[in-house]
Amino acid sequence: MHLSEAVNTGFFFLAPWLVFAPTLGLLINLIFGKRFNETMIGTVASLASGAAFIVSVLLAWSVAANNGEVVRWQLAEWIHIGTLQLDWTFRVDSLSTTMMLVVSGVGTLIHIYAIGYMHEDVRYKNDVGRYRRFFIYLNLFIAMMMILVSGDSYLMLFVGWEGVGLCSFLLIGFWYELDTLGRPSWANSNAAKKAFIVNRIGDFGFLIAGFIMFWNLRSLQFDQVFAAAEGASSGVILAITLFMLVGVAGKSAQIPLYVWLPDAMAGPTPVSALIHAATMVTAGVYLITRSAPLYTLVPQAQYIVALTGAITALFAATIAVGQYDIKKVLAYSTISQLGFMVAAVGMGAFVAGMFHLVTHAFFKALLFLSAGSVILGVERGHHHAEHAHHGKGKKGKKKEEKHHDDARAEEHGEVFDPNDMRNMGGLRKTMPTTFWLYMIGTLALAGIFPFAGFWSKDEILADAFSEGFTLIYWLLTIAAFFTAFYMGRQIWMVFFGEPRHAAAAHAEESPRVITVPLMILAFLSIVGGALNLPGLHTLTAWLEHTIEVHAGEFVWSVALISTVLALVAIYISWLVYGRNPLRAGETDPLKRRLGAIFTVLENKWYVDELYHAIIVTPFVKISQFLADVIDWRFWHDWFHETAIAGTYNWLSRIVLNRDIDQRGIDAVANSLGTLTQWLSATLRKIQNGFVRSYALSVLLGVVLIIGYLILK
Amino acid sequence: MIPINYYIILSAILFSLGVVGVLVRRNALIIFMSIELMLNAANLAIVAFARGWEINTGKPFFEGQIFVFFVIAVAAAEVAVGLALIVEIFKSKRSIDVDQMSSLKG
Repeated sequence: MHLSEAVNTGFFFLAPWLVFAPTLGLLINLIFGKRFNETMIGTVASLASGAAFIVSVLLAWSVAANNGEVVRWQLAEWIHIGTLQLDWTFRVDSLSTTMMLVVSGVGTLIHIYAIGYMHEDVRYKNDVGRYRRFFIYLNLFIAMMMILVSGDSYLMLFVGWEGVGLCSFLLIGFWYELDTLGRPSWANSNAAKKAFIVNRIGDFGFLIAGFIMFWNLRSLQFDQVFAAAEGASSGVILAITLFMLVGVAGKSAQIPLYVWLPDAMAGPTPVSALIHAATMVTAGVYLITRSAPLYTLVPQAQYIVALTGAITALFAATIAVGQYDIKKVLAYSTISQLGFMVAAVGMGAFVAGMFHLVTHAFFKALLFLSAGSVILGVERGHHHAEHAHHGKGKKGKKKEEKHHDDARAEEHGEVFDPNDMRNMGGLRKTMPTTFWLYMIGTLALAGIFPFAGFWSKDEILADAFSEGFTLIYWLLTIAAFFTAFYMGRQIWMVFFGEPRHAAAAHAEESPRVITVPLMILAFLSIVGGALNLPGLHTLTAWLEHTIEVHAGEFVWSVALISTVLALVAIYISWLVYGRNPLRAGETDPLKRRLGAIFTVLENKWYVDELYHAIIVTPFVKISQFLADVIDWRFWHDWFHETAIAGTYNWLSRIVLNRDIDQRGIDAVANSLGTLTQWLSATLRKIQNGFVRSYALSVLLGVVLIIGYLILK
Repeated sequence: MIPINYYIILSAILFSLGVVGVLVRRNALIIFMSIELMLNAANLAIVAFARGWEINTGKPFFEGQIFVFFVIAVAAAEVAVGLALIVEIFKSKRSIDVDQMSSLKG
């Protein structure tokens, strides 16, 4: 369906404002932001994102009013070459509006949260001017994400895909000259580069998939591709889907390309919540769901996708058990949950995958933002404790003060790490609101009835069970067990027991601008499951208009097993961490019991070291070889210095003597000069000033030309 | 009727006279007259060809004759400019010998 009829029945004409509104916001902040104060900057950015949310709501309403029919709203022509016709067209259907709602809804809440968070963050890091830059990047991200989800062709989707990658890079490296502890270092900048380069590998896969698609199916527009795919050979479709999986593995942090996501925690916490948990990393899941007609043609590819997701889910969940950094635990948890989603869409349970995507956006954003609140609280406590200790110094002088020796800080190394859970403990008393919000997020993530995560995770497990994917079912179930365990561990370590550091003892609750968005997210995390309750299947009916779906049944045994496992896991975590709380300076109790196994988990299965050994080190060696040996020694030293310059010098020495230089070369040059002089002396005589001789020349010329024309 | 060729030959003779006049005479006025002679030789040829076309095809060919009027008009304009130049030169040099106007020689 194109323009005409659709226009009259809905708000489809607003579709371009999905991108324009955030772009306008960032332009206002970019051009006038210097004169704004912080509240103004944050308000402009939040309003821009909120406008995109309102547009999304209106679009979703319009889709519903149109019985879910796909509307393609063309904004501009883009590429028209031969039969290839690609335009900037907004594709408004039930799938894309679902993504729009999540992106702009969660995005707006995180914008509001960031007003409060960045206010403190830029002060701790002593660069208030960067406040505006942060919101410009956030708006840019919303605009790019909207291009991604509203694109009508794989190429338009790719534009957004790269755009969000850029924003991710910019925001991970937001404090590019520091490390996560605020010390001068290139650590954050390296994390940004790692994310960008690893994503480049994934994008390479996506591009190859696009090329194969264009070459064999002769189009990149979704409907045309899906129509052409029916008649294409299954080998072609298999190649397309598998190369696309490489792209998905890059963007959605799946094995083997997940390594960038934990490092991406170097970005400010709102970024971790928005980009690296709720929205951007789910783009891969969205891509597979969007390409459902391709994947359903090749069951082999589907199985590979499902297996990738399931293995990632379990693998990342085990790593999360061994982490001490509160954000790293959540990062690995995100990878694990993305694995759940990828496994779901791989099994053909597209609705379950999208369902989990939506609920995960709620509760993982909640968890990350609450973690941010915890970190801020601990940092405040740290300042408090330090000032009490020294009795002087003022706020915002953190970097200098870090170097003052603090009795506590010395025990744990040089500087205080506000992200380290070993420095926390007992925070439920000092930060009660954050504690309850965190609890809700944890229960939702652990899949406890009746929180959102229970319903969505259970639908995935039930689908795996009833569709006969036994291996995947068990991988995911074990992953769910670990999920509940590491979240339990985190809760006991952070909020229970006694404070293990002066900072935790003096922690302060965050202001309302931070807690109110969290409360909204917490509410959504509680009731989010209502989107697709068994028996009602609201989301299923909604997405049915766009993709092939089947209503997943509720399997009592599956729900029972996963709930019991989750409860058991939380109980075990209480036995290990809750009953005898960790005391300051103690080793992790699990480490005492498991020993080497825990060390392996703590070191993330040594995957980074493995990649370093098999990819980075050879790469560096080859580069060094190319630079030192080929470029410097061969090209510069030998070729340029010896071969060219040496030969030149040798030749010069031969040439530079009286016989060749003066008698030979000089003679040639001098005779050229003499010849020119003689020639001009002769020729100037023609210019004698007599009109009649000129007339004679003209006559002779005319006679010659006419004679030639007649006689030729 | 006089054949067309006669007109062409007359035109050629007049043109040659004009050329010789330009080349051998030094008086600027004579040179001008010789140029006029060449222009009119050309006019004569054009009219003659136009007439020849009319005889051969049976259709009138006015373009040739109209073209001659243009040439006459242009020649008149050219003479006006040229004579003005000669008068100016005569004022400064007291002579209209073209060989004396050779200050631009190389």
